Amino acid sequence: MKIKIALAQFNTKLGDIQANLEKHLATIQEAKSQEADLLIFPELSLTGYALQDLVVTTALRPHQADPVFSELLRASKEIDLMIGFVHEDRRHRFYIASAYLSDGKISHIHNKVYLPTYGMFDEGRYFAWGDSVRAFNTRFGRVGMLICEDFWHASLPYLLWLDGADILLFASASPGRGLNQDPRLSSSEWVEHTNRAYAGMFTTFVAHANRVGYEDGLNFWGGSTIYDPNGDLVIRAPDFTEALTVADIDLNQLHRTRARLPLLRDERTSLVQHELERILGNYD
Amino acid sequence: MIDLTINTDLAIKILTGFIKTELNRVGFEKTLMGVSGGIDSAVSLYLSAIALGPENVLALRMPYKTSSPETLSDAQLIIDDLGVQSMTIEITDMVDPLINFYEDMSKVRAGNIMARMRMIVLYDQSVPFKGLVMGTSNKTELLLGYSTIFGDSAAALQPIGDLYKTQVRQLAKELGIPEKIIQKPPSADLWQGQTDEGDLGFTYEDVDKLLFLLVDQRYRPETCIEEGFALNFVERVMKMMRKNHFKRVMPPIAKLSQRTIGYDFLYLRDWGT
Repeated sequence: MKIKIALAQFNTKLGDIQANLEKHLATIQEAKSQEADLLIFPELSLTGYALQDLVVTTALRPHQADPVFSELLRASKEIDLMIGFVHEDRRHRFYIASAYLSDGKISHIHNKVYLPTYGMFDEGRYFAWGDSVRAFNTRFGRVGMLICEDFWHASLPYLLWLDGADILLFASASPGRGLNQDPRLSSSEWVEHTNRAYAGMFTTFVAHANRVGYEDGLNFWGGSTIYDPNGDLVIRAPDFTEALTVADIDLNQLHRTRARLPLLRDERTSLVQHELERILGNYD
Repeated sequence: MIDLTINTDLAIKILTGFIKTELNRVGFEKTLMGVSGGIDSAVSLYLSAIALGPENVLALRMPYKTSSPETLSDAQLIIDDLGVQSMTIEITDMVDPLINFYEDMSKVRAGNIMARMRMIVLYDQSVPFKGLVMGTSNKTELLLGYSTIFGDSAAALQPIGDLYKTQVRQLAKELGIPEKIIQKPPSADLWQGQTDEGDLGFTYEDVDKLLFLLVDQRYRPETCIEEGFALNFVERVMKMMRKNHFKRVMPPIAKLSQRTIGYDFLYLRDWGT
């Protein structure tokens, strides 16, 4: 089975949900015209990234009656969507979240688990920490979603792999940093190496949508990618410019790669569990 | 091995994108800046001309009567090279009444008056030109506080504020800025014979390496000394950074209410754009 994945590498208006929603709908039309099956938007695609005090005024309650989600849900009848937004839960906690929409329904919401709160990042000041990571079923098989810092920790992609995800969907709004003599920023090199490593070590597909543009002095580099279960690059979007990047992935590649390289079959999960219990249970 | 080499193509791509995006998103197409004939304003001018087109860039030469004629001709060199718009507004008649008002006027006070008058001229010209004032400060001078607050430090954007002086030189070479401007000793030209390195008492080459370790690489001061930097040099640079921090931040507001600008009223400048 082949599916067409589209990566929406775009810029956002900081705190202007209506403008960003319109841009989502236009991008969805474009992806549909290219016959994409699944369209992935970057982290906080409906709001922009460095929200600070805008968090509380841009937060959404994802349900059918919400005016923003109702439009996106209608669009999801023809194409599956992964949307980035500020999620306000019933108890009024605010999360950085991604929602997977398909056939007019919300299939899954992932609340970002790891909130970078160091250096230039201050997410922990404004957002609640997500407390679960789950793979979920789609019409393309089982997938898992992670947001930016989530995949700087190996544990979450690992858990999604064990939970059955054969396609990892990554969204980010990653500020570029680390200018040196190399032709790309060190942060973009790091992310690309890591994504490739996940694809190869977990013999899965890894599709990553990163945004572009600027917010004050921060630049977002783009460079969205898809890697296949061999760790080979399927497609890479250009750096620093908006692009809708569309590529076919062949899900039969999972069969071929895992027949050759049975890393999933051989993963000794009970050993991991046993050793984790020992490590976490023994503080001395 | 301390390596301050940067990929200049990548830097130009990011910085020209920054200039264009940050101007356009607030409704501006144009920028203006003071052009001294030195390397920092030259680099900011070239980046702006690439980002916005030379017709949308205004270079202002603002000499004082003691300014060296070379600064004017060097500035003209890059204005002609780029084909940007230009104006020459001499500030002598504007600043002399204040400078001559006091008998005990010092060099530093007079220099600050000139830097602030250039700021007034720039911000005034920004209205008829319909442009935003481009900053020309580099990371070295921002960290050392080698600037006049509300003078040359006043600007809408600081495109080269995260590049050390020696990195600005690399960028200048790539941008094709005339070698004469790259090679001449950096000077604020606030009085005759003034040079940055004479004022500071050390070279940019040396201090950039030290700042790179202290700031970028998060070395402890004592480790820098172990790496071969002189104790008094490290102490002096640390002190300059700390004492001049006020130039890098907004003035603190005394907190009284539940929500105070700067503490818990926090938005990017790009709010809503």
